[in-house]
Amino acid sequence: MEKSLKKYFPVFVLPTLIAFTIAFIVPFILGIFLSFTEFTTVTDAKWVGLKNYLRIFEDGDFLNALWFTVRFALVSVISINVFAFLLALLLTRGLKGTNLFRTIFFMPNLIGGIVLGYIWILILNGLLAHWGVTITYDPKYGFWGLVILMNWQLIGYMMIIYIAGIQSVPDSLIEAAKIDGATSGRILRSITIPMVMPSITICMFLTVSNAFKLFDQNLALTAGAPSNKTAMMALDIYTTFYGRVGWEGVGQAKAVLFFIIVAIISLPQVLTTRNKEVES
Amino acid sequence: MNTKKIAVSCLATTMLATLFSGCGGSSSKNEIYFLNFKPECAEVYEKIAADYEKETGVKVKIQTAASGTYEQTLKSEVAKSEAPTIFQVNGPVGYQNWKDYCKDLKDTKLYSYLSDQSLAVTNGDGVYAIPYVVEGYGIIYNDAIMEKYFALPDKAVSISSTEEINNFETLSQVVEDMTKHKEELGIEGVFASTSLSSGEQWRWQTHLANVPFYNEFKDNTAFDNTILAGLDAKEIEFKYNENFKNVFDLYINNSCTEPGMLSSKSVNDSMAEFALGKVAMVQNGNWAWSQIKEIEGNTVAEEDVKYLPIYTGMEGEESQGLCIGTENYFAINNKVSEEKQEMSVAFLEWLFSSDTGKSYVTNELGFIAPFNTFGENEQPSDPLAKEVSSWMQKDVTSVPWTFAAFPSEEFKNKFGDALLEYAQGQKDWNGVVSNVQEAWKTEVAAKSQS
Repeated sequence: MEKSLKKYFPVFVLPTLIAFTIAFIVPFILGIFLSFTEFTTVTDAKWVGLKNYLRIFEDGDFLNALWFTVRFALVSVISINVFAFLLALLLTRGLKGTNLFRTIFFMPNLIGGIVLGYIWILILNGLLAHWGVTITYDPKYGFWGLVILMNWQLIGYMMIIYIAGIQSVPDSLIEAAKIDGATSGRILRSITIPMVMPSITICMFLTVSNAFKLFDQNLALTAGAPSNKTAMMALDIYTTFYGRVGWEGVGQAKAVLFFIIVAIISLPQVLTTRNKEVES
Repeated sequence: MNTKKIAVSCLATTMLATLFSGCGGSSSKNEIYFLNFKPECAEVYEKIAADYEKETGVKVKIQTAASGTYEQTLKSEVAKSEAPTIFQVNGPVGYQNWKDYCKDLKDTKLYSYLSDQSLAVTNGDGVYAIPYVVEGYGIIYNDAIMEKYFALPDKAVSISSTEEINNFETLSQVVEDMTKHKEELGIEGVFASTSLSSGEQWRWQTHLANVPFYNEFKDNTAFDNTILAGLDAKEIEFKYNENFKNVFDLYINNSCTEPGMLSSKSVNDSMAEFALGKVAMVQNGNWAWSQIKEIEGNTVAEEDVKYLPIYTGMEGEESQGLCIGTENYFAINNKVSEEKQEMSVAFLEWLFSSDTGKSYVTNELGFIAPFNTFGENEQPSDPLAKEVSSWMQKDVTSVPWTFAAFPSEEFKNKFGDALLEYAQGQKDWNGVVSNVQEAWKTEVAAKSQS
């Protein structure tokens, strides 16, 4: 078996490797190259050095987007994980209809981001119409709209991960704790949470990277309105690249910066997840 | 082991097959590719392409960019190996971005067909883009509602028909009085929603802004053309901003929609409100007829759809006409094979000179084509286009489309964002004016830098 695996190794890896090269490595390298050039279409680039990177900071759009994204990520990561964990606790109690509820909570995750955005724009605008305003009236509304949308979409998914984690906590441990006279709060603090730590790291990683890379929902819900004040980084890159003639290179440079920022944020998490895996 | 081997190789081939199955695609030599700018014409172009293929055997691939996304669609399409052979630029500013891609059309028959050759986009000796439609916009009104108003016993104005409105003062009197009587008239507001959601602001930051900027650039006597004067301006004064404010205030305060709700409205919403008879007026151009016509439950009769120029309170505006011009120019991609370039030119020549092509242009596309191949009786029959033609005959001065000189899309977007904040009461008018001046300055500077 070992031998035949070695023999057929290229056959199995090659297709994926080719796909990975075409769809990821080549565009990635091309993208970095293009960030140092000025171009209209990707085939006619002129080298301009670091000019694009300097032009990023000419207007405050990118920094605004970065700050907005950071705030959004902080709020939504905390709220998603707290709600998802509470739901998971609730739905592992063996209540009636648990499976039905799990399915329902998971469902929003199956809908695409653009569609979600359009659904929520209807709901939120319908609600805000009572006060004669819309979601794009004030950046605050857009911000909380996005947080609500993101929560609605991701809580179900994270909940499933937490449920799996909680269910793998051995009953014997909990029973032993009960016999020792531990309260349910104590069991949660000293047994359940430490035991589901791997799930928590996974969920944190998923929510942080999702929050930073959010695009569809942002585009559909506010499209950056009013005045680009609710544009997150991915949307800002998109509007710079496609919305402004002569700024394609700048958009590309922003994308490279964006990649570096996201990599810096998620690397420690990948590493810690690895460590946990080794331990267990 | 043997069965395993077979299974393994089967798996591998399937994987490879699925990987490459998406990559095929037809690339026929006899095919040209037209990237269409006008979503409202997409279906007609499909029909034209089918007919053209029947007649000549040349396949025309029609792709339509969604509203407001033409530049980005073009950008990604041009980079493909099957690039558009016919595309569109929006005038001298658009040409600047695509000049490396525009074929010189000086020696084509299409250029010789132009009734006014000065309309084409030229650079030195070359002719690089050719306009294919003349359009006009103004305030579209529903005469049935207007007549109902003028028949009211307690109306506040002395005039008795909409045709007598010839300046801003009268217009605002009529509109404000109509708002007071909206229950009797059975309307929800005089004007349709001032659509201010993103991507739907062009009727204000481009079309309405055209009037004050035309007047500002007209004052610059060093140029005989307001577009050239605008292209030369490093900074603007926005001298007639009060005039812009006049009309804009009139639109938002006498609308069927609360100002706070405007950021959720699209152009389609406004046209639907007009078509359903909920409002009496809407600012738009003759391209909007197809939209009005196709809305279900449409209550507007064809003979009731008429135009009023956009009066802003300028001195002497009694002789002002509609805003007439074009931002639709065809260009041929010079990076595709010589053969395909020729085929593309031939297609356009066929469209604007053969009987089949011309009948599509006038009857189905509804274009007022600026070509001498069209006779007197070959003008579109839709009411708005007819109105544009009749306004062109009248003894008034049409306002040219000076917005072709606006420095960039970003300028327009900043303008629109400022208008939205103004409409929502978050910004005062002086703030809007300084935003517009600032945006013009930075965008012109950014343009010269790149």
